This record gives sequence, C-alpha cells and structure tokens, in this order.
Amino acid sequence: MQHLLEVKNLQTTFFTPSGEVRAVGNVSFNLEPGKVLGIVGESGSGKSVTAYSILQILTHPGRIVGGSVKLHGQELVGLPEEEMRKVRGNKISIIFQDPMTSLNPVFTIGNQLMEAIILHTQRPREQARERAIEMLRLVGINEPEKRIHQYAYELSGGMRQRVMIAMALACEPDILIADEPTTALDVTIQAQILELMLELQKKLGMAIIMITHDLGVIANMCDEVVVMYAGRICERGTAPEIFYNPRHEYTRGLLRSIPNIDNDEKSRLIPIMGTPVDLLNLPKGCPFAPRCERAMKVCLNQFPEEYWVAKDHIASCWVNVLEKVGAPLAELGGQEAAQQMAREGEEAAQ
Amino acid sequence: MSEVTAFQPDPQYLVQVRDLREHFPIATGFTKTTMLKAVDGVSFDIRRGETLGLVGESGCGKTTVGRTMLHLYKPTGGEIWFDGRKVEKGPTLNEFRRRAQLVFQDPYSSLNPRMTVGDIVAEPIDVHRLCASRKERNERIQNLLSMVGLSSEQATRYAHEFSGGQRQRIGIARALASNPEFIVCDEPVSALDVSIQAQVLNMLEDLQSQLGLTYLFIAHDLSVVKHISNRIAVMYLGHMVELASSNELHHHPLHPYTISLLSAIPVPDPVKARQQKRIVLKGDIPSPLRAPGGCPFNTRCSRATEICRHSNPAFLEVAPEHYVACHHVSS
Repeated sequence: MQHLLEVKNLQTTFFTPSGEVRAVGNVSFNLEPGKVLGIVGESGSGKSVTAYSILQILTHPGRIVGGSVKLHGQELVGLPEEEMRKVRGNKISIIFQDPMTSLNPVFTIGNQLMEAIILHTQRPREQARERAIEMLRLVGINEPEKRIHQYAYELSGGMRQRVMIAMALACEPDILIADEPTTALDVTIQAQILELMLELQKKLGMAIIMITHDLGVIANMCDEVVVMYAGRICERGTAPEIFYNPRHEYTRGLLRSIPNIDNDEKSRLIPIMGTPVDLLNLPKGCPFAPRCERAMKVCLNQFPEEYWVAKDHIASCWVNVLEKVGAPLAELGGQEAAQQMAREGEEAAQ
Repeated sequence: MSEVTAFQPDPQYLVQVRDLREHFPIATGFTKTTMLKAVDGVSFDIRRGETLGLVGESGCGKTTVGRTMLHLYKPTGGEIWFDGRKVEKGPTLNEFRRRAQLVFQDPYSSLNPRMTVGDIVAEPIDVHRLCASRKERNERIQNLLSMVGLSSEQATRYAHEFSGGQRQRIGIARALASNPEFIVCDEPVSALDVSIQAQVLNMLEDLQSQLGLTYLFIAHDLSVVKHISNRIAVMYLGHMVELASSNELHHHPLHPYTISLLSAIPVPDPVKARQQKRIVLKGDIPSPLRAPGGCPFNTRCSRATEICRHSNPAFLEVAPEHYVACHHVSS
C-alpha cells in the first residue's frame, strides 16, 4: 500500500560549535490522505524539526543525515532544490506558530498571497488577485476586497493566522503542516482557528500534520498521534489508543500531569520528575530513562525497538517487552501477533 | 459611591480591592493622547490563606490588576486594603511591599543575567535589611533554595545555567525571601512545559500550606487555575464579569463570556472532545482603546440586547458567593 507521506528512519542533526545535536533520530510514520496526524511533545522534542526536515527548510547548522521522506512514493530527501521548491507550497505547505513574524510587515497581505499563487500556478495577476480574495473569504475574513490592501500590523492575531492559512491553502496542497498554529492565540480565538482548520480539511480533503504541545488540541483534532521525546518517537497510534491505552511511561506521565478540569476534589498533580534532557549529552539508551519511574538496566543501555502493542499502535518501551505485550515491528506478522495478544488480554481481563 | 468612602475593612479578608482603576495615557496622534482603561472599576476580596484565580484573555487587564494592587503602578482610582490598612504612598508602603510579593511570568527576562542566583534571591533581604550579618544572610539563602528544591551550591551560579522550570523556582525563592503573606503569581507556569508545570504547581501548593500564604493566581489556562484556586474571577476588557468558587464556576457559569470561555478549552480526551458542545465566539476582543459602550462584552455576546449597548451592568451577588455582571442574569 502506498502512503501519501512516508517518513522512514529520518535523522536530522545540528552541527553546532558545542557539538552535534541529534534533534531528530530515527523517526518513522505514515500519513494517509484526508487524515489529521498530531505530533505532540515538549520543547526540544524535535517535533518542529521533523516538520522542517520534511519540507527541507532547516536552518544552517542543521542537516538531514539519514532516512527517507516519500511523497506519493517519490523520494524527497536528496531532491535538487529546484524540484523541492515545486513541492513546497504546492504539495506540502506550512503555517507557523507566530503569525506576526511569519508575515512580511512591508508588503500588503494581498501582495504576499498573490506572490505564492503566481509563483506556483503561473496565473496572470488579475486571476491571482481573484484567487487571493476567494481564499480570504474561504478562511472567514470579511470584506476581503478591502483586506488585501492592508498590512499585517492592521490585523489581530487571529486574523493574521487566518491569512497564513489562506496563503498555505492557496495552491491546494495535499498536506498542510501546522506548527503550533494556535499557541500564540487566546482560547476563544484558538477555538475559532481549530474549527476553521477542521472545516477546511473536510471541504478540501487535504491531510494535516498538527504539531503542538497541547494534548487538548490533539484530542480535538487528530485521528492519529505521534508522541515525541528528545528527538525520538515514544509511541504512535490512533488517538483513542494513545489517550486511553498509553504504552510508554512518558505518555502516561504527560497525561497524568495535566490538571483535569472535571475533577472537583482537591488533588495533587503527579508530575514527571527531573528536568528535560540535554540534547548535547543524550543518554545511551532510552532518552526518557533518567526520568522514568520504571527504568530498568536495559533502558539505560539500549534504545528499545519499535513494538506493535495493539492494532494501529506502536510503542518503543522496554516495559512492553518485559511484560510480553505485543511483538516486534520488524517481525513478520507482528501486527497480527499484537492483535492476538490484545484479544487474549481482554479475554483474561473478563 | 458613598459606601466606598465609608469603607470598613473586614478582618476575614487579607486583601480587599474596591473600584480599582488604572488608566494609561497612550499617544494616538501627533498631539493627541487617549486613555487606555486597562482596569476600569474592579472590586474583590481575598481571604486569608486562600488562592484567588484571575483569568481572562490577553489584554483583559489581569496582569495590570496584579501590578496595580502591589502599587507597582500608581492606581488611577480606587482603594486597596491590606490586613485592615489602606495601601497608599507613605511610610507604610515599604512595609506593605515586604509583605506582598510578585512572581513573574517569564523566568527568562525576570532574572538579572549578571547576578548570581544567591544575590537574586537575597535582593529582597538586602532591600528590606532583614538580615543583620553576612552569615545569617547566607543561611537564609540556603534555606530559601532548599525550600524551592534547589541545592545550596547552586547559589553561586548564574541564571542562564538553569532550565525554565528551575528559573521559575529561583523567582519563587526570591518572592519568599522577605517572608511575605501575600504573593501575586502572574502566569507562573505559562512559559513551562507540561511535565514541569505540574512540579511547580505542586510546589506552590506545598509552600502555601507550609507558610500560610495567600495567592492571587493570574493565568489564562482555566484548567490550571481551577486546579489551584479556591475561587475564580473572570475578567474581560478591564472589567470583572464573574466571580465564584472554582467548582461553582465550572459547573454553573452564568456570564455568557465565562460559558464560552469554558466551552472553548480543548479537553485532552478524544471521546469527550468530540461530544463537547462548543460555543465559538464571533470576532475578536475589541481594542481597550476603543472599548464599546455599555457592557464590554456586548459586541461578541449572543444574548446582547438594547440595554447591553447602553449601560454597563453592575457586579451583583446573584447566588451566595457568586457574583456576575450581566443584565440577563440578574433579572
């Protein structure tokens, strides 16, 4: 089966003066057409760098050092810059966290929208202008004919993010990468933008990669979830699997540490102990091991391999191996074995 | 406003704020200045030992309330009463500032990069001359650092050597240095990662019960505020729109703004999130420079009628301990 986007063993390293920073190490996931995939992690977990690596818009000391990214089966890693430019904006586009700094302050928003349209579709100016107005109307901006003559500073944060979305969708990409699109916005505005994104996704049928640190946003938007820590994937699977059946201590810790608004009793939060890892001195084994309550000797020495723990759920944690949950990903028929084991587990529970 | 002048402080409250106003002059033209009404007539009380949460979106004036209460800004109008005394300029202000402290949002810009952690933490001690000898001062620093979970050898390091969560601990240690009774926590966990957030929240709760502190907890994240607060106040465009106990506010919000704010929180639970009925507010928050007449929320409110556009509703107690400012609730 061919996936829309297939990321395999992607590795990105920043060659800084103080040493090599392995921002992304061996990341693999697939994206299907029309699905929303969430990448969740804390700062420094490599979620944004993964997105930038897919689009190859890494800044200077950063370089993809291994792995492959396939779009419709076509390899993107190693593609000449000329070819890559045809992919960006056209097939895969991106919206950034801060809509203020990602819009150019000295050009009108109409000008910036039209630039993208003219570059990618070779339409004449007049048609591009019409398309720009149409896009602004699509993202819910009133009086778009007037707005295209305005500058970024004249718009509110929510409006700017709408303009960014209009720009990203102007060429009807197959994949929209949203890098923390609502982090800089207030909750009521965040609700507007998330609603708009889901609505447009249904209307235009594109796939979305949603990058965020907010598990609430993930639960609201995503079909599938990838949890990252220190540049590695802890686990990936469908949203219900990740939220209701987490199979990695980090995910469990994250879910435990957020206050539950429906809990009326005064209770203490259960934090994840310790401090985030230093990417310059990554531990030898599982990067989460120094903070993990259930860390074993093997965790400190060897990175756990990917394991099917249920259908559509893959985790990298030695605890699963120890408890004999699932089967290795590399093993033929691992998925079936995992399903079988999950069924047996359920029967045993009954 | 005759009752304001005849105000009698109530001893069960540590802090009482009456009709607080803070207006900033903003240059809007070559010679023209407009008054930005950041806080416009806010009244509330904080009990001894309780945590009052203050929520609202950016620009609603919640930070200004916290800073004006501590007289970091001179109030344009209104009164602040602390422990039975009115807070005003004069010889008592210094003592008030020792007893009331502030924890800032950004743990990066609120610590001086040229000072050692020990000196940062000891600054309130030096300012208020709380330690007689060098030895006593050092002991106090060690003591404060251990209270916030840092080790004593870290006193000689500089702020840049610490992570965000550790920096926030330093900021909290500094706030504790002068033995305060009241601490304004201005978004203390907003800049931190979720896993670190829980550590700092737990620590704030522990310190509160150990030292008998009273908190004003300012934040925009309602689930965090609900977790830590006994009561919650909601602000919108410089006005307080609702005040109730945390559980009451969560289960029976009355003001249309609070209702939509609560419904807009993304719940970290895929099944619940899909069942959730969202009330998505139309439009943006108006600029406080051009605040609408009448009720501040009338431009975005689904229940707004003629009266909302003309008169600002009074902040009334509609149920025991539940205050709301809305024409459609009080009637």
